[in-house]
Amino acid sequence: MVPLNAYLAVGAILFSIGIYGVLSKKNGIIVLLSVELMLNAVNINLVAFSKFGLYPNITGQIFTVFTITVAAAEAAVGLAILMALYRNKATINVNEIDIMKR
Amino acid sequence: MTLTGQYVAFFLFALMAITGGVFMINLNKVIHMVLSIGLSFFGVAGLFVILHAEYLAFVQVLIYAGAITIMMAMGTMMTHHATAEVLPRRKWHTFLAIISAITIGGFFLYGIYKITWPSEMAELNDNNVMAIGEKIFTNYVIPFELASILLLVALVGAIVLAKKEGDE
Repeated sequence: MVPLNAYLAVGAILFSIGIYGVLSKKNGIIVLLSVELMLNAVNINLVAFSKFGLYPNITGQIFTVFTITVAAAEAAVGLAILMALYRNKATINVNEIDIMKR
Repeated sequence: MTLTGQYVAFFLFALMAITGGVFMINLNKVIHMVLSIGLSFFGVAGLFVILHAEYLAFVQVLIYAGAITIMMAMGTMMTHHATAEVLPRRKWHTFLAIISAITIGGFFLYGIYKITWPSEMAELNDNNVMAIGEKIFTNYVIPFELASILLLVALVGAIVLAKKEGDE
């Protein structure tokens, strides 16, 4: 049986990769994808705790269904915002999206 | 600890997930990054199968590896600009990003290593999907309906945002 630690470690590593991508990438689409990767790491943790954990239960998987729903909605709205930005400013570089600073 | 098939499958899928993430960080073209994150999503789906969450594995493949990856690839194609000048690398910024990622990841891994986790397992083996459906439509009906409303609002909002302004 693969222990719980291994799943949590994979989740932690994916979360760190996502944090690095969010902080360092310049393309808006890649930033969105990094956020999706972080949400995926959280999903791994929820499903792992629904199998192992103090009160192992099916509830963790149901929680994961809801997080996947919210992640899909977030990706769609984020991509729509990027489209509107690209039409107005002809860029999706997150360094140049500073309309509210001026 | 004996090397069973489950261990082999776990290492394979974990390697897929992490390799996809690392490729996404390191590749140069945006479309290659999007496709490598698809590999990562498939690896996570495999981990779900090992954890006896077959329904979630299918949902993961359908929504993440299918819909989100393809949607991001479409977005990449629609926002592609031919004159992509290379900006000067911000060394200090990248260094700080690496430091913060390593700090948070090391903190998590240290905590995971230190705590002794419980070892009992749930019996999720048979009729997993039926159990999920019963639970959703008895205990979690209101969150389920709220999720459907959220999806509808996101659909309408995304269309309104991405629509060309000013055409009747």
